[in-house]
Amino acid sequence: MAALLQVNDLSAFYGPTKVLHGISFSLDEGGITTILGANGAGKTTTLRAICGMARTTGRITLDGEPIIGLATESVARRGVAHVPEGRGTFTRLSTEENLTLGTMGRRDRSGIAEDMERMFDYFPVLRERRNQQAGTLSGGEQQMLAIARALMLRPRLMLLDEPSFGLAPLIVREMFRILRRINEEERVSMLLVEQNAALALNLADTAYLLETGRVAMTGPAKEIVADEQVRRSYLGY
Amino acid sequence: MTAETEVTGQPVDQERKIAGLTVDGWRNTTLAVVLVFAVALPFGLGSFETFQITMVLIYAIAILGLNVLTGFNGQFSLGHSAFFAIGAYTAAILIERYGVSSYLTLPVAGLVGFAAGFLFGFPALRLSGLYLALATFALSVATPQILKYNHFEDFTGGVQGINLLKDSAPFDLPLSVDQWWYYVTLAVALLCFWMARNLVQSRTGRAIMAIRDNPIAAATMGVNTGLYKTLTFGVSALLTAVAGALSAIVVEYVAPDSFTFLLSVYFLIGLVVGGVGWIPGAVIGGAFVLYVPNLAEGISTGLAGVLFGVIILLVIYLMPSGASGLVRLAVTQLQRRFDQDNKKA
Amino acid sequence: MELFLSQVFSGLATGAIYAAVALAVVMIFLAIDHFNFAQGEMAMFSTFICWALLDAGVPYWLAFVLTIAFAFAFGVVIERVLFRPLHNAPVLSHIIAFLGLFFILNNGAGWIWDFTIKPMESPFPEGSFGGLMSYHQVGMVGVVLLMLALLFLFFRFTSVGLAMRAAAQNPDSARLCGIPVGWMIALGWGMASAIGAVGGILIAPVVFLEPNMMLGILLYGFAAAIVGGITNPAGAVAGGFMVGVMENLVGTYIPFVGSELKLTVALVVIVGVLMVKPSGLFGRTTVTRV
Repeated sequence: MAALLQVNDLSAFYGPTKVLHGISFSLDEGGITTILGANGAGKTTTLRAICGMARTTGRITLDGEPIIGLATESVARRGVAHVPEGRGTFTRLSTEENLTLGTMGRRDRSGIAEDMERMFDYFPVLRERRNQQAGTLSGGEQQMLAIARALMLRPRLMLLDEPSFGLAPLIVREMFRILRRINEEERVSMLLVEQNAALALNLADTAYLLETGRVAMTGPAKEIVADEQVRRSYLGY
Repeated sequence: MTAETEVTGQPVDQERKIAGLTVDGWRNTTLAVVLVFAVALPFGLGSFETFQITMVLIYAIAILGLNVLTGFNGQFSLGHSAFFAIGAYTAAILIERYGVSSYLTLPVAGLVGFAAGFLFGFPALRLSGLYLALATFALSVATPQILKYNHFEDFTGGVQGINLLKDSAPFDLPLSVDQWWYYVTLAVALLCFWMARNLVQSRTGRAIMAIRDNPIAAATMGVNTGLYKTLTFGVSALLTAVAGALSAIVVEYVAPDSFTFLLSVYFLIGLVVGGVGWIPGAVIGGAFVLYVPNLAEGISTGLAGVLFGVIILLVIYLMPSGASGLVRLAVTQLQRRFDQDNKKA
Repeated sequence: MELFLSQVFSGLATGAIYAAVALAVVMIFLAIDHFNFAQGEMAMFSTFICWALLDAGVPYWLAFVLTIAFAFAFGVVIERVLFRPLHNAPVLSHIIAFLGLFFILNNGAGWIWDFTIKPMESPFPEGSFGGLMSYHQVGMVGVVLLMLALLFLFFRFTSVGLAMRAAAQNPDSARLCGIPVGWMIALGWGMASAIGAVGGILIAPVVFLEPNMMLGILLYGFAAAIVGGITNPAGAVAGGFMVGVMENLVGTYIPFVGSELKLTVALVVIVGVLMVKPSGLFGRTTVTRV
C-alpha cells in the first residue's frame, strides 16, 4: 500500500533552537502509527511541523504532494486534521459551533448535518451538550469534542497529540476504542503521539520512538510490545 | 527583553577595538567633537537657524524625558505634551504674572512637572501597556481644552495665551538674544543628559530597567515596583516640563493649541527615530522632528503631513531600532573589519 | 423635566455614534489586541468620500452605500498592506504605525478637501418629535441600531461570522480548522472601518465636516469601549449609549464642567474605569500567567 504520509530528513526549529534532527518516517493509508518518547523528545514538534507550525527543512509529502512550508490552514484544507495538545477547544462557543468549525476546511460543504449526527453517534454525550458552551464540558468531553471536530473535516489523516492527557483511565480506554472504530469505519489514517505507550502500542500497527529529536528505533507495534528490553529502556514499563 | 518596546538589540562588545580605540574611547571622542561643534555652531548661523537648533535641543530634552519613561521603564506615554504644557505655562505665568526671573522658572517648572508626573504615576500603576497608552492619549487630547477653560483664564490667558519677552544676554556679553538662549538651552540640555546618564547607570537605573524587562520578576526580587514606576514618571515629567519652560521662553509665547495631541506624537516619533533606550538618540530624534516636517513642506506644502506620515511608517518597517540601531550596526561592522588588524597585531 | 428628557434623548443620539466608534475599536482590539488610534481618521476620510459623492450629485442613500463599500475595502487594504507586516513587531511599533496612518489620513484629507468646515447633508427631514428629539437624532439611533442588528445576525448565523469569531478567540485552533486567520483579521478591519464610516456620516451633519472632527469623538468612543468592556462588542455598544447620555447630563447639570471640559470628562472616565474595574461593565477579566 502506498504511503499516505512520507516524511524525509525533517528538521524543525523553534527560533534558533533545533528540535528535530533529520527524522524520517512514513504512514500507510489506513494505518495507525504512533510516535512515542519522553517529554521533550520532539513528538509534539513533529505534528506541528507537519501542520506548518514550526520552521522546517526536509521533505513532507501527503499522498505524493509536498506540503512542507505550507500555511497551517492550507495543510488542514488538504485533509489533515490535527487534534492539538490541550484540545484547542473554542471554549466560548457552543459544542455545535465547535463541530461546525471543523467543517470550515472542507471543499464539499454538503452533508454537514448528517456528519454531525454521526459524531453524536460516536460520542453521545456531545449530543446532550450540543448547545452548551464548550468550556463548560469536562476534560474527557472536550477531548471527544476535539476528535469529533477533527473528524468533521472528513480528513484523510488525523494527527492526535496526547489525547489521553489528564483523563481518567476508563474514559481513555473508551476513547481509544472509539478511535479504532473511526479508523476502521471512516478509513481515517492516524498519527498518534502519546506518552501512554501501552495504550498507544495496543492501538497502533507501527511505532517510532523519538529520543531528543531523533528516531531511536522503529518497528511493528506488536514486536515492540513483546520486546521487554525495548519496553524497559525506552518506554519505562 | 519583552516584546513591548524594541530595546536596541544585543549589547555591543565593549572590548573589541576599532582602529586602536575601544568603544568607550570612541564614545568620548565623539562626544568631545560634538560638544566643540555645538558650542561653535551659532556663530555660523543666522538668528532663525539659531532659534531652530535651540528648538532641536528643547525637543531633545523633552524626548529624553519620554525615553526615561518609555525606553528605560517600559511605560508608554502618548501624553507628554501635557507635561510640556505644564512646564511652559508654569514658566509663562511666573514670568508674566509674577515677574519671576526666567532662569528661576526652569527648576520651578521642573518641580511642578515632577509633581504632576508623580501624581499621574499613581493611577498609571494600575494601567499597563496599551491601557496606559490610551489613558495618556486621553490626557493629551484633553489638555488643550483644559488650557482654554474659562475659569482658569486669568492665569492661562485662555485661547489667546500668554506673550513673553525673553531676556537678553546678561553682563553685556557680545551675544545676540538667540545665541544667548541657545547656550542656556545647551547648558540645561547637557545637565539633563548627564543626570539621565547617571540615573540609568546607577542601581536605581538597573531597578527601573528590570521593571521594564520583567516586572513580575523584579517585584519578586524585592524591587518596589510601585515606587520606582511613579518616581520614573516624575523624573520623566520633570525633564519634559523643563523643556516646556525653555520653549515658552525661547518662543516667547504659549497658547493652548501649541500643546495638542500632535505634539505628543512628535515626541514619541522622535523617541523611536533616535532609538528607544539610547540617550544620545534624543538629540537625533529632536532634529528629526524639527527638520523633517519642514523638509516635507519644502517638497510639497499640501502633502507635507502625508509625507511625514509615510516617512514614519518607513522608519518603523525598515529601521525600528532607529538611529541607535544604525550606530550599533556600524560599530559591530567596524569591529569586524578591524578584528583582522587586531589579530595581526 | 423637559430639559432632562431632551438631554437624555440627544445623549442617546450622540451615544449611538459613540457606540459605533466603540464597536469598531473593539472589533480591531479583538482581532489584533491593539487600539486603533487612527480609527477616527479612517471614519473621517470615508465621510469625506461620502461628501464628495453627494457634492457630485449622487443621491444620498446610494452615496451612503458606496461609501460603506469604500470604507470596507479601505480597511481591508490598510490591514493587509500596513499592519500584516507588523504582526510580530513590538507594541511600540504598532502604536507608531497607527500614528503614522493618523498623520497620513488627517493631512491627506486636508490636502484633498482642505481644512475649512463643510456642511454635510442629512437624509432625514428637518423638525423634531415634539421638540424632544430631532428627526436626524432619531435617524442616528435608528441607523445604528439597524446596523447592529445586521451585525448580530451576521456573526450569529453565517459561516463567515462564525469563522471570524473563532479566529479572534483562538487563532491557532482556527487555522487547524482550515480558517485563513489572516483574511479573517482583514475582514474584521474592513467591517470596523465600515462601522466607523457609518458613525462619521451620521455625526457630520451635527458637528460639521472637517479633518479634525473625529478626534474628540474617538476619545469618547474609547471611553465607551472601556466602560462597556473592551472585549465585549455588545458591552461597547451599551457603553456608547451610556457615555453619550452621561456626557450630556454632566454638561447640563454640573456647572463647572459645562460644555467646556467634555474631553476631560472622557479622560476621567477612562482613567477611573481602568483603575477600578479594568474589564469594564461587561468584559472578561484576563489573568496573566507568570
